[in-house]
Parts: sequence; C-alpha cells; structure tokens
Amino acid sequence: MALGSHAAFIVAAYLITAIVVLGLTVWVIVDRRAQARALADLDARGVRRRSEPARARTA
Amino acid sequence: MALIDLANPTRFLNLANRCLPWLAGLTAVLFAAGLYQTWFVAPDDYQQGATVKIMYIHVPSAWLGMFGWTLMSIAALGTLVWRHPLADVAAKTAAPIGAAFAFLCLVTGSLWGRPMWGTYWVWDARLTSVLVLFLMYLGMMTLWRTVEDPSRAGRAAAVLTLVGAINLPIIKFSVDWWNTLHQPASVFRVGGPAIDRSILLPLIVMVLAFTLLFVTLHLAAMRNEIMRRRVRTLRLQQAGAGAGG
Repeated sequence: MALGSHAAFIVAAYLITAIVVLGLTVWVIVDRRAQARALADLDARGVRRRSEPARARTA
Repeated sequence: MALIDLANPTRFLNLANRCLPWLAGLTAVLFAAGLYQTWFVAPDDYQQGATVKIMYIHVPSAWLGMFGWTLMSIAALGTLVWRHPLADVAAKTAAPIGAAFAFLCLVTGSLWGRPMWGTYWVWDARLTSVLVLFLMYLGMMTLWRTVEDPSRAGRAAAVLTLVGAINLPIIKFSVDWWNTLHQPASVFRVGGPAIDRSILLPLIVMVLAFTLLFVTLHLAAMRNEIMRRRVRTLRLQQAGAGAGG
C-alpha cells in the first residue's frame, strides 16, 4: 500500500478525523458519567422527581 | 411502540438504553469493513493517485455536516409547530456533532485541495458556504449556552435554525450556480454516479458507517441532555423547597 508523494496529506486527514471522532465519543461518555453522578448524588440526598412512584420515593 | 410514545422522556431513555449498544456495535463493524476496503481493496484514482483515499472521509463529513442542520431544522419544526418535548433536546445535541463534521469537511477538504488544486483554500461558493455552515453551528451552540432556560433557548434556536436552513440548498447547488474550483456533484446527480464502482462501493460503506456513528452519538447525547435537564429540575425543586421551608 504505497501512498505516494502526498502521503503526509492523506495520513493527516485520517489522523485529524480519528482525533475528532474520538473526542466526540469521549465527550459523550464523560458527560453521561457526570450526569449520572449528579442524579445519584441528588437521589442520595432524597431529592427525587415529584412524578416518581411513592414506593420509589420512600425506598 | 408508537412514535408519539417517544414524547415521553422516560420511554425515550429506555429505548435509547436498549438501542445504543447495538448501534455502537454495528457502527464499529461498518467502520472495520469500510476502512479495510478503503485501504486494502479500493484502487487509486487514475488521476489523483492515493489522495483519493481522503474522499472516503471528506464526503461522509460533508454529508453529515449538512445532515446535522437538516435534523436540527426538522427538530425546529417539532419545537415551534408540534411543541414536541424532545424536539429541542434533539436540536441542541445535534449542533456540536454537526459542527464537528462540518469542521472535518473543511479540514479534510483543505488537505485534499493542497495536492490537487495547489492551494488549501479558495473563497469559492462551495467552500465559503460550508464555512458559513460551520460558523452557524458555533453560533447555535453559543446561543444554547447563553440562554439559561432550555425552553426559551429552544424556541429562539428553532427560529434561527429555520432561517439558517436556507444555506443547505446554497451548499448543494453552489457548484452548479457559480463557477467554482470545487468539482460538481459526482454521486447524487442526474444520470447516476460518475464514480467507478470499485471506488463507489467503499465510499457507500464509509458513508453508512459515519451516518450510523452520527446517529449513535446523537442518541447518546440526547440521553445525556435529558439527564442534565432532570438534574436542573431537581436542583430547582430542591432550591424552591429550601426557600419555602
């Protein structure tokens, strides 16, 4: 697989794409953990949604 | 499950939790197949040589940059016309993903343009309109961050999104309406694709892989946004209870 004299341009394009895709993936995962932590923290302090069933509230 | 059921955020979260592992797995499989074909099966172009490999990431990025704004425009209608509770969640979370792909379209296009055209950038209609799209994404993300109340931000963003949608046909037809350095459409055009099958097939696989990646990331980001709004509501509820009691 020879990339010829323009190899640097091809590799740079793929590398930058990989970095951006990885960045998006990490952003989604880190954000998910942060929100789950915040919800768990509120739940531990007894702050729950009013629409939650009574059983869940008293549990 | 009817489509209307998804208006309930809890039902949507359950569906997202069930679908996301499958979507992520399918995306990985499609990328593996697409990258294998791109790097080990597809031939070099008879004029461009190996630089044609940049097309397999540039074209999907361009498509998804426009797809993101199209999605936001449909969601904007959902916010303004149908007042769907998840419409502004969908619009808000599509913006950073669409921006990332518009950015990739510009960068990979520049890296392709330098060896083929002899320049990284020209102010022609296609390149400029895509740059405008990228800047519009940044503006929309700023608007969402500036207005604290999500429903107020959602309505303002929806109006601006629909105004900005005028840029989509400009991007698509810029190569036909004006004399540009960018080549005319070679896949979606009257008379069928102008690309040889040996290059077109890997391109289709890569477009599918990137599209599925977009859908997966968007669904995951929507799930996060719903959770963020729950956190906000609970904190307001807690503050209200503290102030009242």
